[in-house]
Amino acid sequence: MSDMAQPNRLPAGGAIEGRVDRNRPLAFTFDGKSYSGYAGDTLASALIAAGVKLIGRSFKYHRPRGIFSAGPEEPNALIELRGGARREPNTRATTIELYDGLEAASQNRWPSLAFDILAINQIASPLFVGGFYYKTFMWPASFWEKVYEPLIRRAAGLGRASESPDPDHYEKAYAFCDVLVVGSGPAGLAAALAAGRSGARVILCEDDAQLGGRLLSERQTIDDAPAHLFAAAAGGELRSLPNVCVMSRTQVFGAYDSEVYGALERVADHVTAPAAGVPRQRFWHIAAKRCVNAMGATERPIVFGGNDRPGVMLASAVRTYLNRFGVLPGRKAVVFTTNDDGWRTAADLVAAGAQVEAVVDPRASVDENLTKAAAAGGVRVLLGGYIVNVTGGARGVTSAIVSVAGKRQILTADLVAVSGGWNPQVALTTHRGGKPRWSDALSTFVPGDLPDGMTVAGAANGDLGLAESLRKGSEAGAAAAAACGFSAAPAPQPRAEDEPTAVAPLWHVAESRHKAFVDLQNDVTADDITLAHAEGFRSIEHLKRYTTLGMATDQGKTSNLNGHAMMAALTGQAMSDVGTILSRPPHQPVAIGAFAGHHRDRHFRPTRHTAGHAWALENGAVMVEAGPWLRPQYFPRSGEKDWLTTVVREVRTVRSVVGVCDVSTLGRIDIQGRDAAAFLDRVYVNTFSTLPVGKARYGVMLREDGFVMDDGTTSRFAEDHYVMSTTTANAAKIMQHLEFCHQALWPELDVSMVSVTEQWSQYAVAGPKARELLMQLYGPDVDLSNDALPYMGCREIPLRGIPTRLFRISFSGELAYELAVPARYGAAVLEALMALCGALGGCPYGTEAQSVMRIEKGHVAGNELNGQTVARDLGLGRMMSTKRDYIGRVMAGRPALMAPDRPTLVGIRPVEKGRRLTAGAHILPGGAAAVAANDQGYVTSVAYSPTCEGWIGLALVVNGPARHGERVHAFDAMRNNDQDVVICSPVFVDPEGVRLRG
Amino acid sequence: MSDVAASKGAEAARRGPFAGLNLDTRASGVTLADAGPCARFLLRGGGAAALAVGMALHLDMPREAYGCATDDAGRAMLWLGPDEWMLVAPEDDAAALTQKLDAALNDLAHALTDISHRNAGLIVRGPQVADAINAGCPLDLDIKAFPVGACTRTLLAKAEIVLWRIEADAFRIETTRSFAPYVVALLQQAARDQD
Repeated sequence: MSDMAQPNRLPAGGAIEGRVDRNRPLAFTFDGKSYSGYAGDTLASALIAAGVKLIGRSFKYHRPRGIFSAGPEEPNALIELRGGARREPNTRATTIELYDGLEAASQNRWPSLAFDILAINQIASPLFVGGFYYKTFMWPASFWEKVYEPLIRRAAGLGRASESPDPDHYEKAYAFCDVLVVGSGPAGLAAALAAGRSGARVILCEDDAQLGGRLLSERQTIDDAPAHLFAAAAGGELRSLPNVCVMSRTQVFGAYDSEVYGALERVADHVTAPAAGVPRQRFWHIAAKRCVNAMGATERPIVFGGNDRPGVMLASAVRTYLNRFGVLPGRKAVVFTTNDDGWRTAADLVAAGAQVEAVVDPRASVDENLTKAAAAGGVRVLLGGYIVNVTGGARGVTSAIVSVAGKRQILTADLVAVSGGWNPQVALTTHRGGKPRWSDALSTFVPGDLPDGMTVAGAANGDLGLAESLRKGSEAGAAAAAACGFSAAPAPQPRAEDEPTAVAPLWHVAESRHKAFVDLQNDVTADDITLAHAEGFRSIEHLKRYTTLGMATDQGKTSNLNGHAMMAALTGQAMSDVGTILSRPPHQPVAIGAFAGHHRDRHFRPTRHTAGHAWALENGAVMVEAGPWLRPQYFPRSGEKDWLTTVVREVRTVRSVVGVCDVSTLGRIDIQGRDAAAFLDRVYVNTFSTLPVGKARYGVMLREDGFVMDDGTTSRFAEDHYVMSTTTANAAKIMQHLEFCHQALWPELDVSMVSVTEQWSQYAVAGPKARELLMQLYGPDVDLSNDALPYMGCREIPLRGIPTRLFRISFSGELAYELAVPARYGAAVLEALMALCGALGGCPYGTEAQSVMRIEKGHVAGNELNGQTVARDLGLGRMMSTKRDYIGRVMAGRPALMAPDRPTLVGIRPVEKGRRLTAGAHILPGGAAAVAANDQGYVTSVAYSPTCEGWIGLALVVNGPARHGERVHAFDAMRNNDQDVVICSPVFVDPEGVRLRG
Repeated sequence: MSDVAASKGAEAARRGPFAGLNLDTRASGVTLADAGPCARFLLRGGGAAALAVGMALHLDMPREAYGCATDDAGRAMLWLGPDEWMLVAPEDDAAALTQKLDAALNDLAHALTDISHRNAGLIVRGPQVADAINAGCPLDLDIKAFPVGACTRTLLAKAEIVLWRIEADAFRIETTRSFAPYVVALLQQAARDQD
């Protein structure tokens, strides 16, 4: 690897050389051009090494932007990573680990990064000030959707998302520990060591690929050795402890109730594509008894003219690029700092062989050790100075204009390192409502009220010194472990220095007359803050929404505090009164795929199959979803031209011969206990205590509010044993309802419920030859005559040693039975039934034929049990007991629910023979205008009835039962199907019930 | 023709919930196996019923969460709730068990429901088994928190399961029959994610 390819890579063996692996060169492309870096680089450090300064164009003004930071707070260097279906927009170059073959592209530029037409927006910038959306695009209103919004979206916005499905998968997982340590800087490592050595279960999460945090970026020493060696040794010890789990590349992004933390592990983001079977990311729920928050701090910038030009960089980031990556972000630097920490950048630059033109510090005096060291390195010291403007362009910074004591001077520079002080990462402490506290000493917010179980240590708590971080971290780790019942012998503290960290607040250089950016990612300028103040948007929440300050993907990590402090200066408030925006999780962007985890495709919802599923498929069934279940809808035969032909054939076969239908999906609940009968009397509107053993009865249940909840038959097998059936859709809901009634309302009743839906496979056998079929199945010893098993009878009958239950119930209106067999025998019994059925000339039928027959018979189903009907509406009012109380009785007696003119169940037929009916059509009096005032109800269910040889329907019509024979209008504007219909009885087939009892 | 069971033999006429499913995880850390048919009863009742059952079966009835009692005959009594237990036993034990339990419970308030066919039992085994189950189950499965013998009703992603640790590196998962394909597919995916 030649210097030509990486001109800004510091030579190996120098005073500062970084710690990338120079034996492992990696090739990558940026905007199609090939570059190289080393293992251990980030995309940002490799681009700096290659001399690339211009990384992207800004959001609003399309200003050239470079790399601003060295971590997850990066507002500028957002790129599109990878191509094709894996293309990921707005990824931060500063957090992307370099891998061989990495593809990256700049975004928000057209036609090219170097020449961007929309940079003209800068000239038109008076148009784009705070609130410009609200002002500029007001008129005409109709232009918003068609013209303005698409234009704005093309011009602004950031990267492009891939429109292909995500080819990778994401995993969700749960983890548990005594102590969760977030961050592996000095405080985090010390905390994890203290807790880990005590024997507590510890999870240490580090966002970076390497442990160490700032220890990797500074030339500090611990125990007289370079600090990064301490990090490596601590990592080694932690990984060797069986009770400690070290999770690198894992960011804790949220703190939730019950001491649960959300974390995202980037399992395979640092490779081109995940290996087969490997998830790309893993979404962790970590339940931790205690948490030591050691997330560190973020350096804050200073707002001054041209502070967004490529080459203006956070001072600490410059040190990271030098010390960790061995790359030189500039050869001629100016350091602009308000605090002692920033001076270290000058020293490190000098040590790396760069020229430092000056350290500019607005303070009138600083520790003389700092000035002495600077002078020794040949660095000018400009105390009481400010940078008022930085000049440059797409190729980066060319000079800094500095004002000292009212005099301006121009310093030639290609790098401006900026430090306004450090902001503790308070986000995790606020996710559960805690408010940060203002610290005058640090000029920043520090953690205030902490969530249960959390302590904060190190820079995250405002303790910036190394020795202090190590000590406080260790104490926090030991205390957290002790709170979980673990103690360890105190270990000697590692030796380290507390470097000077004095700071004076400076948010904004007011002398600056050029564009000075507060929020680099959303292009919010100092002038926007002034404008917001002038226009009355002065609370920080208003400021945020009016200017979009802090609303970008970086959530204002480097901008909020400056913006809020600038507003505080304008309003004359103290920062402790202004407060800060409370951040919500996630702390960093989390891909939606990670939230979904496995819950996509076939895992999105379990698909449930009955025991007869395979048989149905083998026999050509077309399946339909019924809740989570798949059921046969109809069984087409060759030569049948459409579904209706098939369904008509199935209905005719059942009505004339016999058919078999899989009804296993209906809910079945086993109810036992001495008070089972009393219990049922309270949940059903009709009485079940009078039901004889060996009989079934149709029942209706109400909700508390008096509307119908569900229906079904319940059978009595013993004095204290019933089996209830529910609709497929409501099976789980009814089970819950019954459990609630028992546990909460009537715990004194001796009754218990068990769901047995899946214990039994159940088949409806319907048609004139149903009895004959079952007699063949059971053999001659079993008496199935009307006397032995009358209509609505039920019996337990062994079938060659298999316990079965036979119910004489009918949904179709034919002579019909339901046969229940234990589920493992379901498939075999179905095969036997179908063989017999076929021999008799019968056929299987699906849900479609079942639905046609129930409409012909006037039975209500889901369309009528729609949550808006009471029993009387459905013609079931007479079932409601007048002698006793039951759930829903009182509320069902409300006047509006008793009103005689409520829509009530009727049948309808088209006046024009053969015309198709549509469900959902509204019923109007003949000749009445189609307005809501004339609405008299609606059509709930329709079917082509082979028995009636025409379309029939069920409807809910005002005063329905009194209007049989009346001609009304069915209005269906949605499907253009208006027609006259005649109201009739809802029972179209066998109204006397002769067939049922046959 | 009418002779379902006899013509094929009762065994041949049966189809388990895992029939037709490939249980191979293609992962080194976790394997899946069908626990096979067995007798299962759900017992609901109060303290008196529990006492009677414990005496009849010579089992120390579990009274707390995660509790489970087993014997040499392969019977296991799993605590599912303050008034609810699941009894799992070898299949040929079913008739004898029913007889014993009916006699013991006779006039005590209780419900005994046969759920042998309702449930599907899956044995999940291997060094990564807890991690794989934790991909969908929100319980702490550390051996100290959930020791061998611990059992509970819980969730595996969107399926209700009974989770029972039968060895340090093996769990039995009981789910309702129709959820078997979902549970198997989910565990296969989770198993591969651990490799």
